[in-house]
Amino acid sequence: MRKNIIKHALLGLVLIGASSMTLADYSADQIAKGKALYLNKKAGNCIACHMIPDADAKLPGNQGPPLLAMKARFPDPKVLRMQIWDPTVKNPTTIMPPFGKHWILSEDEIDAIVAYLYQY
Amino acid sequence: MKIIKSLLAGASIALVASITQAATSGNTLASVDPEADRLALQSFFQKRFPQVPVDDYVNGIYALDSGSRAQWEEIEEFPPYEFDVEEGEVLFNTPFANGKSYADCFANEGVGIRQNFPRWDDSQGKIVTLESAINQCREANGEKKLGWKKGKIAQISAYMAYTSRGNVFDVKIPNDGAKAAYLDGKQSFYTRRGQLNMSCANCHVAGSNVLIRADLPGPALGHVTHFPVFRSKWGNLGTLQRRYAGCQSNVRGVSQKAQGEKLSNLEFFQTYMSNGLEVNGPGARK
Ligand code: HEC
Ligand code: HEC
Repeated sequence: MRKNIIKHALLGLVLIGASSMTLADYSADQIAKGKALYLNKKAGNCIACHMIPDADAKLPGNQGPPLLAMKARFPDPKVLRMQIWDPTVKNPTTIMPPFGKHWILSEDEIDAIVAYLYQY
Repeated sequence: MKIIKSLLAGASIALVASITQAATSGNTLASVDPEADRLALQSFFQKRFPQVPVDDYVNGIYALDSGSRAQWEEIEEFPPYEFDVEEGEVLFNTPFANGKSYADCFANEGVGIRQNFPRWDDSQGKIVTLESAINQCREANGEKKLGWKKGKIAQISAYMAYTSRGNVFDVKIPNDGAKAAYLDGKQSFYTRRGQLNMSCANCHVAGSNVLIRADLPGPALGHVTHFPVFRSKWGNLGTLQRRYAGCQSNVRGVSQKAQGEKLSNLEFFQTYMSNGLEVNGPGARK
């Protein structure tokens, strides 16, 4: 099933990419910082629960949905930021930690992760 | 648009698992119904994994994940806890300085009784786990207490579990004192802890058999039946409350005290949830 989702999603990315991806919104530094936080067990450790189609993000967990076509699905970065800041607002029973609310990540760090997610 | 929709459909399939929760009875002494909780947990797992017989939950994650089961079965052919069971038997049968022994402290001389622990002790007004009963026996006979998490206490507990294999867990809630302890344990199980804000239920009910990176949290049903456990990661045998401390620090929280009231109530709650399942301790785990 997972393979199928990825296939659809990648197809989606290609189609959407032409119209709405504006990679220039974020600096390369910020994106690299976001990626490091995404992968680091002691920081975001998002990879523990989410696959993302980045070749460096190996052996992800699957407690959460795959993070794909982010710009299309989260056109408003505030909504994406809020999901990371405190996912219990949207779903009180979620297993996902409240990264901002519990001082797990700083505001800058969350912004960097948003920048990274928008690459996919 | 269609593509995005099918993508969302895919994502929401992944979500189904994390939304479902085991229905339970209430949260007050008046409204809590332990037997209803136990049956609700069983039916939650039966619905989620219809092909897995209830009796198989004594095998923890290996009941659900066929991938790691084969490897585990191989390990069980030459059980890594065998030495500990033998050592535990020797310790169990070695008399204290006053000439008495563990057998004098327990019903049926301590053989085949694992399934009755933890138990509510009216005179002490608290839950007594098997490990705390072992140490109380020592103290009553003028011996020093053993450390709670590993070593001799785990070996004696392993031997006592071994003599009880096949017996069915039958933890009792005889009065309101016991019920209050159960309720406190239930609250601990469902309350979020630590900086990561997770409850035991997050991982071991809704999140069980779903990957957190390379780890698969096992089902809460049957969690306690095979303890103490020889864990490859530890390289030795450990008690259930040693494992609790690990899970509590994984959520970046402060671990509660081994054999303190909180963890013993949690163990009481968890064991009640496994009533009706067989004792199969000690076990081997990754
Ligand atoms: C312990 C598991 C876990 C961790 C760690 C985790 N998440 Fe999540 N995440 C989830 C789950 C489960 C959901 C599904 C939504 C829900 O439960 O409310 C989710 C949902 C999301 C969503 C919404 C996805 C969608 O398609 O609607 C985003 C975005 C997200 N997570 C980003 C992150 C980021 C970024 C991190 C790391 C900083 C992270 N997550 C860490 C479990 C986790
Ligand atoms: C972040 C996820 C997570 C949380 C939260 C968590 N655990 Fe665990 N737990 C695991 C994983 C992963 C394992 C190892 C796989 C297994 O055996 O279940 C484990 C193992 C265990 C085991 C050993 C199971 C066995 O078969 O040997 C017990 C018992 C346990 N946890 C109880 C708890 C309790 C009680 C809590 C709450 C105080 C808790 N866990 C919180 C992830 C978690």
